[in-house]
Order: sequence, then structure tokens, then C-alpha cells
Amino acid sequence: MKGKLILEDGSSFTGTLLTEATATGEVVFNTGMTGYQEILTDPSYCSQLVTLTFPLVGNYGAAKNFMQSRRSFVNGFIIGELCAKESNWQAEESLGDFLREENIPCLYNVDTRAVTRKIRAAGTMKGIIVADDTPQAKINELMSVPIKTDVVRAVTVEKSYNLPPLGETTAESPHVVCLDFGVKGHILRGLQEVGCRLTVVPAFTTAEEILALEPDGILLSNGPGDPKDVPEAVETVKNLLDKKPIFGICLGHQLLALAMGADTYKLKFGHRGSNQPVKDLRTGRVYISSQNHGYAVDEKSLQNLPLEVTHISVNDGTVEGMRHQELPIFSVQYHPEASPGPDDNNYLFAEFRAMLKRGA
Amino acid sequence: MPKKENLKKVMVIGSGPIIIGQAAEFDYAGSQACRALKEEGLTVVLVNSNPATIMTDTHIADRVYIEPLTVDFLTAIIAKEKPDGLLATLGGQAGLNLAVKLAERGVLEKYGVELLGTPLKAIEQAEDRELFKETMEKLGEPVPESTIVEDVEGAVAFANAIGYPLIVRPAYTMGGTGGGIADNEEELIEIVIKGLKYSMIGQVLIERSVAGWKEIEYEVMRDGHDNCITVCNMENFDPVGVHTGDSIVVAPSQTLTDHEYQMLRSASLRIIRELGIEGGCNAQYALDPKSNRYYVIEVNPRVSRSSALASKATGYPIAKVSAKIAVGYTLDEIVNAVTQKTKACFEPALDYCVVKFPRWPFDKFVYADHTLGTQMKATGEVMSIDRNFEGAILKAVRSLEIGVHRLHMDKMDAWDDVRVKKNLGKCTDERIFVIAEALRRGIATVEEIYEITRIDPWFLQKIQNIVVTENRLKTEELTPKLMEAAKNAGLADRSIGEITGKSADEIRTLRKTMGILPKYKMVDTCAAEFAAATPYYYSTFRAEEDEVEVTKDRKVLVLGSGPIRIGQGVEFDYCSVHSVWALREMGIEAIIVNNNPETVSTDFDISDRLYFEPLTTEDVLNIIDKEKPEGVIVQFGGQTAINLAASLQRAGVKVFGTSVDDIDRAEDRERFDEVLTQTKIPRPQGISVTNLADAITGAEKIGYPVMVRPSYVLGGRAMEIVYNEEELRDYMSRAVKVTPDHPVLVDRYMQGTEVEVDGISDGVDVLIPGIMEHVERAGVHSGDSIAVYPPQTLSARVIYTIVDYTKRLATALHVKGLLNIQFVVSQGEVYIIEVNPRSSRTVPFLSKVTNVKMVNLATRIAMGSTLKELGQHGGLYPARPYVAVKAPVFSFAKMQDVDIALGPEMKSTGEVMGIDYHYARALYKAIVGAGTQVPTDGCILFTVADKDKEEMKQLAKAFADLGFRLVATQGTAKAIQSVGIDADVVGKVHERSSDIIHMIKTGKIHLVINTLTQGKHSAKDGFRIRRATVEHGIPCLTSLDTAWEVLGVLSFMRERRLVYSLAIQDYVGGGDDLA
Repeated sequence: MKGKLILEDGSSFTGTLLTEATATGEVVFNTGMTGYQEILTDPSYCSQLVTLTFPLVGNYGAAKNFMQSRRSFVNGFIIGELCAKESNWQAEESLGDFLREENIPCLYNVDTRAVTRKIRAAGTMKGIIVADDTPQAKINELMSVPIKTDVVRAVTVEKSYNLPPLGETTAESPHVVCLDFGVKGHILRGLQEVGCRLTVVPAFTTAEEILALEPDGILLSNGPGDPKDVPEAVETVKNLLDKKPIFGICLGHQLLALAMGADTYKLKFGHRGSNQPVKDLRTGRVYISSQNHGYAVDEKSLQNLPLEVTHISVNDGTVEGMRHQELPIFSVQYHPEASPGPDDNNYLFAEFRAMLKRGA
Repeated sequence: MPKKENLKKVMVIGSGPIIIGQAAEFDYAGSQACRALKEEGLTVVLVNSNPATIMTDTHIADRVYIEPLTVDFLTAIIAKEKPDGLLATLGGQAGLNLAVKLAERGVLEKYGVELLGTPLKAIEQAEDRELFKETMEKLGEPVPESTIVEDVEGAVAFANAIGYPLIVRPAYTMGGTGGGIADNEEELIEIVIKGLKYSMIGQVLIERSVAGWKEIEYEVMRDGHDNCITVCNMENFDPVGVHTGDSIVVAPSQTLTDHEYQMLRSASLRIIRELGIEGGCNAQYALDPKSNRYYVIEVNPRVSRSSALASKATGYPIAKVSAKIAVGYTLDEIVNAVTQKTKACFEPALDYCVVKFPRWPFDKFVYADHTLGTQMKATGEVMSIDRNFEGAILKAVRSLEIGVHRLHMDKMDAWDDVRVKKNLGKCTDERIFVIAEALRRGIATVEEIYEITRIDPWFLQKIQNIVVTENRLKTEELTPKLMEAAKNAGLADRSIGEITGKSADEIRTLRKTMGILPKYKMVDTCAAEFAAATPYYYSTFRAEEDEVEVTKDRKVLVLGSGPIRIGQGVEFDYCSVHSVWALREMGIEAIIVNNNPETVSTDFDISDRLYFEPLTTEDVLNIIDKEKPEGVIVQFGGQTAINLAASLQRAGVKVFGTSVDDIDRAEDRERFDEVLTQTKIPRPQGISVTNLADAITGAEKIGYPVMVRPSYVLGGRAMEIVYNEEELRDYMSRAVKVTPDHPVLVDRYMQGTEVEVDGISDGVDVLIPGIMEHVERAGVHSGDSIAVYPPQTLSARVIYTIVDYTKRLATALHVKGLLNIQFVVSQGEVYIIEVNPRSSRTVPFLSKVTNVKMVNLATRIAMGSTLKELGQHGGLYPARPYVAVKAPVFSFAKMQDVDIALGPEMKSTGEVMGIDYHYARALYKAIVGAGTQVPTDGCILFTVADKDKEEMKQLAKAFADLGFRLVATQGTAKAIQSVGIDADVVGKVHERSSDIIHMIKTGKIHLVINTLTQGKHSAKDGFRIRRATVEHGIPCLTSLDTAWEVLGVLSFMRERRLVYSLAIQDYVGGGDDLA
């Protein structure tokens, strides 16, 4: 069935609808050439309409192994060619089948480069996916659906759960409590790989409850939306600051900044892709990172705080990492767990691990 | 200012002549690197023996040495120039090998030259198989079980332990020379013997074959600060087993999961870090299609053919960035030239699919073995870009210029199903066409073809999609919807027309009425994330938005020359680039269309706009519809561009320069005869025939031997000299398809001196920068002859006549721009052989040695200027006081079953130049530069045809006088002995079990002089002898003319020093004015 993507500025892009489902959401683009299923199941994309710049999608099918969370939270998927016959030994089903199962509205055969150019120029916008013959009234109605703000609540785990370290659990295995704002599976895996024992807790767990778990360290996970939409989480982080070593990733990094009294702001069209260069200011070294963020920490707001900017984006100079000058607290805006993307930054899990002293 | 402050002067080594395995990509890389170094204020010294390159232009480097790429010459140049640094990683394997030798000989240390880029240790670690294995094992990177052997016994022992199939690769070669896959002991022994011979260090690697696995490549960059990025990865359509240079390749990988992609990416980073390379590097992997297992197959610690491809596929200038890194910059300090905003420290994101398709020389070497394996056979390649694989692969196919425009070969229509199926199992240049044919007929499924070929089903499915669309066109009405589907599947108007029984023009018109037009997209390194400044475009039918903004400026389209092939090499790219530069100087926007990723012309900052598209009427007209240029320039893109002139003009496009009609008057036999009658210029008697009977009567009237060839040819394709009717019959049935539309030309064969002229004409005056005399007499293709500037033996009267004829022809043909004429001088009379009203193979050579900006002038004239307005007088330029010799270079070692004897069919793949004040030393430089090991003493084998025996006697005597020992076959020996010279008799090959062959193999013969003989046995013997010389690296001269010149060199070598170098700037006194 013919369908289209309509943006709030009135521009429209044609394509083919996979199912009859319609969708509303903020349209964002990702420039990664692989990892579509990881992107679809990254909770940070909650409520968004995700478009991929790479035009051939679904080539290697879909498999449980690629899942980054229990399901997909995107509101819609906008792509070029949807591969009808996947080919890879790991494929369990086609991407089309996966999208149907996950009830993800998908518009394919779209000139996604045109969509990207639009967003690049005009900034992130609201958009809708509809059938080609949708009446204007219905379009107006869909377009007026507000962008969801309680996205963290939508993606966080309901009940806490435990994960053992990979390998044997020993007396040395540090205990990390992970605040799940929409955590990706590979972040947890990254911690497990460096020998951490994990308790994953819902986003709105209080500081007292967390400390009662006697963690050796706390991970603030990635997650969707504007950090300012989760003031409760900011409060929680504030109360954890001088208690335990903390590692923040993506939304976790932004929440940490807000908790420290810094500010965040919305980027014009965000950083989403697997090729984002990040410079470590302490060593001058550059690493390629996987990124997915629409907000950033305001560098100026850090000036009088005991926070040091450790990483910046080579592309636009925005803050990509920071560290507390006295406390064992650090955070990055990008994704050390990759998935999808390059493994350059996996070392950060080991760095965090080194901060954790059992029983300290 | 370079970051390394000790650097003031840097020497760059080019890759030398174009051979199979080392083509134009190094001109592209080297030119880009030299420009990048000059930007830093460095003095750049360039050494390259190949005059057909942009990089040897005097404005690319401060000091350009067109000298042989040997350690002796390089040592002399280093001693003279005293560079601070040496950059050898941009000159291919040739450059790298030289750097190793210079270091080993202590030259670098002696003159305090720093080796930039790749450290010596890394070269050894990547090239020496044992060290490579050790290094990879230390890193934990898996390599296939393997062993290094230096003899056959070791190879067999390893095979007994591991089993077959095994892959054999010689250490230190290029293009996989001498390697192969062995399925049994007999094959193993044969391949190992050859491999040992080719290896520079007498070693071959034998390893478990992972044939059938996915072959994946990564292009990696690293700077001195240990920052690493991958520029791009590539997936081979053909699984492991076919040399990557002979594989169809896509970028980025299509069938890899993110995990697989990142796993190999991380491995690449670990490898480049371990090797400590500062610059670019290429890593190749075999990936199990059924698990995450992989092996590292190969690492190239330098810029490679794949780097050129990756640069064009992504827009990321690997050579430029490598050069900046080599002089001390880090990746995050180097600006991304495409976006001008971001830095070079990022990984390009593609939002399209790139296909590379190899161009093989099998159209020239019809009898060569078409099987593809570990030894590369392609001379060049094309690249294409589209939003889907179907579009890209079909664009690539129609860029090849092999007479196909879709995945269909006419000849296969006559094959029965059994034959099609059988051919699925043969890995040849035509396999993809066989696959399409099998799918078209429905005689094999994707799964079955996968089982046979191990080509990933993803690719096969795409071919299936194309074929399904073709079948729909056969049965359904051509509605707008179907037309759209056909264009989405990448089919050309011509293909749609062929299937639906309409002409390409009809389809084009219909399609345009339907409003189905291509859209143009930009290659910007970042998938549109940032606005890009670089006008590098491709077309697609799978898009809504056309993002190309057309300017209102004056603009002209320059047609490029397509893939490098025998007969049309890098020379034409040189001309296209200079034409673009001339237009830009004139303030005209220059738009280039080309499809060759190896070239300078497709570098993103050469033209004002680059369209990476096939050079077909449809594709070019689409661009013209879009850009609406004032017209097109066709005279610099070789026959590729000339062939498009007529159809473009028919479509209403203005063709600048010599008119289409005048081009036809030069190319059409009968019309050209009229021109000759009118201008009173004689030509060897000849006729044009359209059937066998006429050919036989005609040949008899003219008298044998006759030269036969099809009309409209380039590079002497299918041209032969036949000595009798039997041979003529054979030729007519075998070599050509003669039809009323495609006549065959039968000419008298004149054994005279061949002379070549390139001129620039405005239709009134003609400027002739120089005349070139060929060493080999007429009958040897001009591209395979040694050409000498200025002529050494022509009388003033002959030269006067040549100039006069040139002027007459240029005016009669109203030439506006370049023309090339070949003459034969026989008994003092000048005859014309052919006129090409376009740029020729010799234009870069002549431009360089005469310092005349030939292409620049020709472009200005094509655009309406006159020689007078350009401050030029007509006539022949006075000859320079030095001599320049252009010598052909062949790739026979890569092509088995090809006869190396010179004839009217062109066989060379490249050329070198020797320049000196002494003719003999210029010739010596050319011969040495061409890679010929000229023996100073030892044993020469003579075996010549009866017709040559008389002439040979003097030659043999002269060689004997120089102290050479002579051996000869019986008849030849008798002739030699008749002039009182000793010559040992050796048995002919078929007489005594390969006596000659044995002597060649065992190194008892150091030079072979052999001319083509007729007759079944002797022809076969001669072939075997000639091939044996190739396999064992012994020079073999098949023309007595060449032999006389070699003799001259040998005499000269006794008296004078051989190594003497001057920069081109010293010879021509030029500086920047050749730009």
C-alpha cells in the first residue's frame, strides 16, 4: 500500500506501507550502515520515528540475538529498500516479519536521504506515517498528537532483577546497581564482562532503596527523551553523588550533569550513528563511537562545577564525556557498548570496574 | 608547514608503468599525495618512469624524474636531491619493494632519509609470510594453517599433513603473480615451482584454502598518535578463491550483521596498530558464511587498489590523508575536504551501494585462459553508484564497454540449458552472465546456484530481481508502472528496448513522457548528516529528490575514457584531466563524466562537477538534460568518448572540436579514401570487404602479405598480418564478424619505418610539437613499438613530407583540436596508415618532452580559439637537444596462454619513458624502466623465421663481437655459421624433449631472439619458447628491430656510465608552465 511521511512543516515523502498502522513521532535519522535491529530495540528511540540513511535494510534478517531490550519502543520506521529475502546464518526471520510482530509501522521505499537533508536543515521535527489517501482531517488529527514526554516510564523495567557476572561470581565480583532509564542489553553485558554482579532497578527507584542494596557502584543508563522530563531521577542522582562510584551513559550522563547543577539543551538534529568521532582531551586520542542523543550537556554550565570535560565531539565540539574532579564519578554521552557500532570504547567498562572496590 | 619540522624536501616514489595488478590507481594516489605535500610547503621530488601520468606533470612536483624505478637510479637521485623523507607507500608494491631495497642497501641511512608512513618493520611483517603469521598469532588474529616452503618437497609434506585444497602464494610479488589453488599433488607441484620463481625471496606460502568463504576487506587509517579509523569495508561478490582484483566488489558490505562488521573492523584496528603504520592500510578477511569464524588473509601496509576504490566509494581521500599523516599530522587535525567542516577523523557513512566490476583483457587475448583464480588478470575496473544493488551492478556492466548493456550475452542465447548449467561451475569473467541466464531460463534456483558458486544468496537474489523484471517486460504491457519498475531494477533504456522490441530512443522518449527521470544525489562521506562542499554526484531512479543545483555559469561536459584496458590506458585520463583544467582556466565550468575509480579525473576536486556514471548515450544524455551544458568535448576520452559523439549530436547536443561528420570522414574507410584522393596523400593499397569471397579476390589483387582488420578499431583489435589464402580464410572465420555493417579492411602490408605525429589544429594552422619514430617496423602495433622523439633516421625530405601531409589532412578534415597520424615510410616514400581526429596514447609523452601544453591548446581551440590567438605558430616545433624514448610494458607474466610475439594486435598494458642527451642511454633507461633485464654477457638463443635469416646474420655477428655466446636452432645456426660465427645447435622443442625449454629453465640462456614462424610445429615451438622466457623472466625479443637497438645499448654500455639522472624540469627548462 502506498503511504507517506508528512513532516510538521508540511513536506511529504512517499513510500510503501508495510502494514496499515499509522504513527506519530519525532523524526530522527541514524547514519549507521549496519545494526538496524539494535537500533529498533534501543529504548532510547522510544516514541520516535526512526529513519535510516543507509538505503538497503534487512539484508541479514532479524534474530533474537540482536535485541537490545525486550521489545522495540520506536513509533515508526522509515527506510529505503526493505530486503525481501534476507541472507545470513544468524537470521531467524525477515525484518519485515519482525516489524509486523513488533507492530512497528514501517514506511519503506522512501528517499531517506531527502528526509535526512530536510531534518539536517530544519532540525528534528514531528512527523506522521499515513496511507497515501488519508484525508486531511485525519492527518491533522495525527499531527496534533503531542510528543510523549513520559518516555522513561514507558521503557524502564517494572521490577528489579539480578544478573551474574560472566564467568564465576566470586567474593571479588563488585555489585553494580543499574538504574534502568531504558538500558540497552549490551551495557549490562559490558559490565558483566568485566566481572560485575548487577541489580537492574526501575528508573524511579529512590536513592535510599538503591543504597540499601549495598552497591559498589551505580550505573546510570541510557534512555529516551529530555533529561528534564525526569526530575525524579535527577533528585535520585543528587542523593547518590557522594556515596558511590557512578558511571553515566547517554541519558545517564545528562541526568548526572543536571544533578550536579549543570544544564542540558536540545541539539538541532542530534547525533545518531556509528561513526561519531570523540576526542579524549586528556590524551588527545580520538575514538570512533556509537551515538544516539538528541540532547547535550551545556559546556558553559560546567564552568564553576567540580566537573572536567574529558571528551568532546570532533564534529561539533559538544561535550561527550565528563569526570568529577574529586569523586569517582564519570560519564559519557556516547555508547561504549556499541551495538550497533564500533567497539573502540569498550575500555570504559574496565575503567569503571577499576573504580569499584568490593565493600568500599 | 609540516608537523615534522625536520622535513623540507620529500621524495615520492610512483608505481611505474601500468601492468596487471598495478594500474592507474597509483597515479591518482600519487598525484593526490604530491599535491597534499606541496600544500604543506614541502619541496616534492617525484620519481616515476611512467610518462602517461598526471603525477609526472611538472606542476605536481617540484622535481619530476621520469627515470627507471631501480635501486641504482633511485640512489643516484637521492644522492643528488638529498631529500629529508621518503614516501613509498603511494607507489604500490613497486614503491614499497624499492623502499625496502634502498633501506637494505643502506642508502636511506647514508643520506639521512627518513622513511615516512609505513615503517620498514611493518613492510616485512606484512610481506614476509612467516613474520606475518607470527605477528597475527601474537595478536590473536586467526590465520589459516600454513607453512612457508622454499622447495617442492616441503610443500608436499605439508599437504600430506593438512590435506587439500591448498592455496599457494609467493612472497613479495604483486597482483598475486604465480599463485594458485591446488586440489591435488600434481597441481601443487606445478604451482609451487612457478611461485618460487616469482617470489623475490624464493619463498612460497602454502595454506589451507578457505575458498567459498565470504571475502571482506577493510581500509584502515592510523596516525602517529595511534588514532585509527576504518574508511570503509567492502564485500566481494565472488567468494574467497578469486583474487580481489578480479572480483566484483560492493561497498559497504551487504550481508554482514553489525556484530560481524564490528568484529572485523576491530581486528583491522588491532592489526594496523600492531604494524605501527602511519597512513593507510588494507586488511582482507575470509569470513565463514555459517559462523563467526574468520581468518586474516592478507594485509597491505600501504595505499592500494582497494584504497583508490574506497576513496571514490566514500569520498574520503585516503592518499591525501596518508600523505598528511606521513608528515606528522593527526587525523583530527586534517580537515575533511568533502564537508570542509568536519575532520578526517571519522568513519564515512554511505547512503548508497557501490559496485566495482573488473575489466579483463579477454577481448584482446581471446585465447587466454578465462578462469579466474588467485592470479589477477584484470587490467582495469569500473565503479558505479546507485541506491540499490540492481542499479549499481547494471551501471557497472554497461560501463565495461564489452558489448553488453545488461546481464545478458547474445552468444549465450545459442547455448542449450545443459551448457548454461555446466558453465555455472566455471569461475570465469562471464560467470555473472551465466548466472543471470540460468535464472532467466529458470533452470536453476538461487539456492542451487549458491551451492555451485558460493556467491551469497543475497547477491543472487538481486540478479533474480533484475531477471524477473526483464521477464515482465517480455510479457506485460509497458505501462508507466512497469517502466518505473524496470528503471528501479537498473535496466537501461537500451535494455528495455531490446526486450520490448523498441529502440533505445523510443524508450527514452516514452520514459520522459511518463515523467520517469533519474535523480542526482551527492557522495558526501556522511550520508547527508552535514552539508558537503564537494560536487560529486551519481544518478538513481530510486529517489524523490534531486539535490543537484545547476548553476547559471557557462559549462561544458568532458567525457572521460572509462576503464583501463589494453589500447586505452591512463593516457586518456591524463588528457581528460588537462582538458578539465583548461576549461576551468577559461572560466568555464567543467563537468566530467567517468566511471573509472582508479583515475585522477574522478578525484573530487579536479573538475567543477563530477558525475560518476556509465559512459553510454542514455546516461550522458540524462546528465545533459540536467545540466544543460553548452556542449560536450569528446576528443580526450579515447574511443569511448568518440563513440558517443554521433548519438549525442543526433540528440541535439553540440559537440565541440572536430565535427562528428569529420570524425566519420577520418574513420570511415571509403570517406577517408576520398579525403586522401582530395589531398593527394598516398596510402598502402587496400580495400574494404563485406564477405569472404571479396576478401580473397581483393587480397590476391593487392598481393600477400596483407594486413586485415575490422573497421572502427582501437588498439589494433583483431588485426593480423596474413601471408596466404589459408590464413586469410582462417582469420575471416575466427577473428571477425563480417557483415555489411561491419566491413573488414584488407591492406597491403608495407615493411617500412613507422612514424607517428600528434598535432593541434584549428582547421587552418597545425602545430606539430614533435614527431616520433618507431623502432619496430610497421606491422607491430604502434602501442607496442618503442617510439623515439625526435626521429633519428628520417631525412629532412621525409620530415618535410610528414609535416606537409599532416597539415593537409588537418585542414581537409577541419580538425579543431588534436589529431594523431600514423605514417609508414617505405623506400623514402611516406604513406599514411591512419588518422585519429582525437587525442592519442602519445599525447602525454609528447607534451612532457616538448613542453607544449597540447591538451590545453586543443581544448581552447575546440572552444573556438585559434592557434594564432593563442600565440602559437603552425608547423613543426624545432627538435629538442635531448632524446626521449617511450617503451611498451607488458603483463605477460599474469596472462598464461598468451603469445608474447609482437604483431598488429596491441598487447602492452603500459609504458615507460627514458630521457637523456644520449640516444643509447635514453633507450637503456626505457628498456630497464620497462623491467627488461639486459644481460651484459652470457648466452643468446637465436631462432628466427626463414624470411628474417638474412638480416639476422649481421645481428648475430654483432652480438658475438660483443662477447656473447650464441646458440640457435638448426636452420638459424646454419645461417649464423655461414658468416663465420660459432653457434651451438640446439634441438627444436618438438624434436628433442624440450631441450631449449630446459636451457631456459635452468638459466643457461640470458636473452632470446625469436621471430614468428609459420607452420604448425614451428609456430607451436616458438610459442612455447616465448612463454618459457616469460615464466622464467628472461628477455625475449620478437622483432629484429628491437634486437638491433638492444645491441646498440649493449655497445654503449661498455663505454659510459649508465646511471645518470636529470629532472624533467632540467631538460625542458620548464617550471609551473606545463599546468
